Amino acid sequence: MLALDRVSKTYPNGVQALARFSAEISQGEILAIIGGSGCGKSTLLRAIAGLDRASSGTVTLDSEAIASPHAKIGIIFQEPRLLPWLSVADNIGFGLADLPPAERREKVARALARVGLADKAEAWPRELSGGQAQRVAIARALVPQPEVLLLDEPFSALDAFTRRDLQDHLLDLWADTRPTLILVTHDVDEAVVLADRVLVMRPRPGRLFDQIEINLGRPRDRNSPLFENFKRSVLTSLDRSLDRNVPDRDATQGPGQAMWW
Amino acid sequence: MISDAPVLQQSSEPAERAAAPTRLSRYARPMLGLLLPLALALGWELVVWRGWSNGRLVPPPSRVFATIADLARSGELVRHIAATLWRVGLGFAFGVVAGTVLGAISGYWSLARRLLDPTVQALRAIPSLAWVPLFILWLGIFETSKIALIAAGVFFPVYLGVMGAILSVDRKIVEVGRTFRLSGFAMIRRILLPAVLPAYVVSLRVGLGLGWMFVVAAELIGASEGLGYLLLDGQQLGKPAQIMAAIVIFAILGKLTDWLIELAAMPFLRWQDAFGRAKET
Ligand SMILES: Nc1ncnc2c1ncn2[C@@H]1O[C@H](COP(=O)(O)OP(=O)(O)OP(=O)(O)O)[C@@H](O)[C@H]1O
Ligand SMILES: [Mg+2]
Repeated sequence: MLALDRVSKTYPNGVQALARFSAEISQGEILAIIGGSGCGKSTLLRAIAGLDRASSGTVTLDSEAIASPHAKIGIIFQEPRLLPWLSVADNIGFGLADLPPAERREKVARALARVGLADKAEAWPRELSGGQAQRVAIARALVPQPEVLLLDEPFSALDAFTRRDLQDHLLDLWADTRPTLILVTHDVDEAVVLADRVLVMRPRPGRLFDQIEINLGRPRDRNSPLFENFKRSVLTSLDRSLDRNVPDRDATQGPGQAMWW
Repeated sequence: MISDAPVLQQSSEPAERAAAPTRLSRYARPMLGLLLPLALALGWELVVWRGWSNGRLVPPPSRVFATIADLARSGELVRHIAATLWRVGLGFAFGVVAGTVLGAISGYWSLARRLLDPTVQALRAIPSLAWVPLFILWLGIFETSKIALIAAGVFFPVYLGVMGAILSVDRKIVEVGRTFRLSGFAMIRRILLPAVLPAYVVSLRVGLGLGWMFVVAAELIGASEGLGYLLLDGQQLGKPAQIMAAIVIFAILGKLTDWLIELAAMPFLRWQDAFGRAKET
């Protein structure tokens, strides 16, 4: 289980990006984080990844405190961030340097086939389309089999069609080993199609505003009325989070109580 | 790398270009560049041959090549070339090592950069030839001062190139290394070195160019052998053909050594757009 306990972050320039953010994410859960621009979503993700340290509060994974990048936590950024001097196959195998070459090759080959890029193994990153490059990034992050995979707006630079394709693909890959996914997104559709639970954040300082459980089986039908309902409640919550006149809800309240309020 | 379109109009897609050029145009395009110098040389040859000019101050190509052949036959050419190559080689090696080490230190540690860089930049502002008298006083008139001068010329572009390249490594890619928990050494080997390499090769080539420039200066100041000595000797004895022979050989050696660097770096830079294009056309 991943536990965030009152995680706060104040940047050296005085911006308080994150204030007392607490959440518990169980193993295998898919969590979406949504919120207005600048409300600290990336800051939160970077703290979980161990890339930046929280000013106060703790991140613990299975009772192990996270202060620096951890083998069980992978991250996918908004840009693919492939290493341009490595072939696609070598990019995917980047995190497997400790394995014997034969085993590495085999894992890479399997991952390549899994993301549908077996024919691109020897290509250079510059020869890939945006969607293909992001798929390589996903494979690179997944191939060391992390327990937690963080995704910071991973599909936001892609067109709507490719985005849908990759969302389905991500779910497919997730089903293999069921890591915990924490997905930051601006896309309500994406949040509802992927997540078990959506956390809504509000800015200045960034903090938790609301959470919505998405009680929908998978695969999810994007056109069903229920799906529309969940989308609407996330959108409503998002609108309220950006309205300064709405007071904070108590973060300790469960979703049921929040609805009742 | 050679292309007939201005850089900004070139397509970034290599496949598009790969199909177009035929066998002929692949060889014809570099040949185009030879047309003008060849025409001028032949024209001048003709002018002298017809007697319209005696070609005493500007010897025709045939006489220049005859001089080169004479020098080669007497074994002198090899001696001069060897002396010059030796100086450039040593000076280049020292300059590259010093420039790389100090540039890497300045690029990697900001404290070292604050301490070191202002001094280096101030030294860089001094025209390098101004060091000549001092070097001669300190190191004598013989080889050491020459090599020091060449090394100083090579040092600055390499230092700047390495430091600049390290400073401009994409932080986002360094972050990828961090998420895979690369240690300091692995980070340097797997992220920093490959990221820095293209700019480093460029700085080596610039450094080498300066090395050739400074070897001439060093040999003009006082030498008993070397291509620069041939230049000076030709001037003092009024042998323009010998001067031009030395110039031609300088040009050939400069181009050749530059090409060697490019060739040596090619396997490591295949991932770059420019090199990829050259490979595929
Ligand atoms: N390195 C930094 N130094 C100083 N302030 C920062 C830094 N990174 C982010 N901030 C500030 O912290 C706040 C939260 O930034 P963050 O990037 O976490 O937002 P975000 O929710 O990811 O926004 P977006 O949806 O636009 O990506 C913003 O006000 C931002 O200006
Ligand atoms: Mg962000």
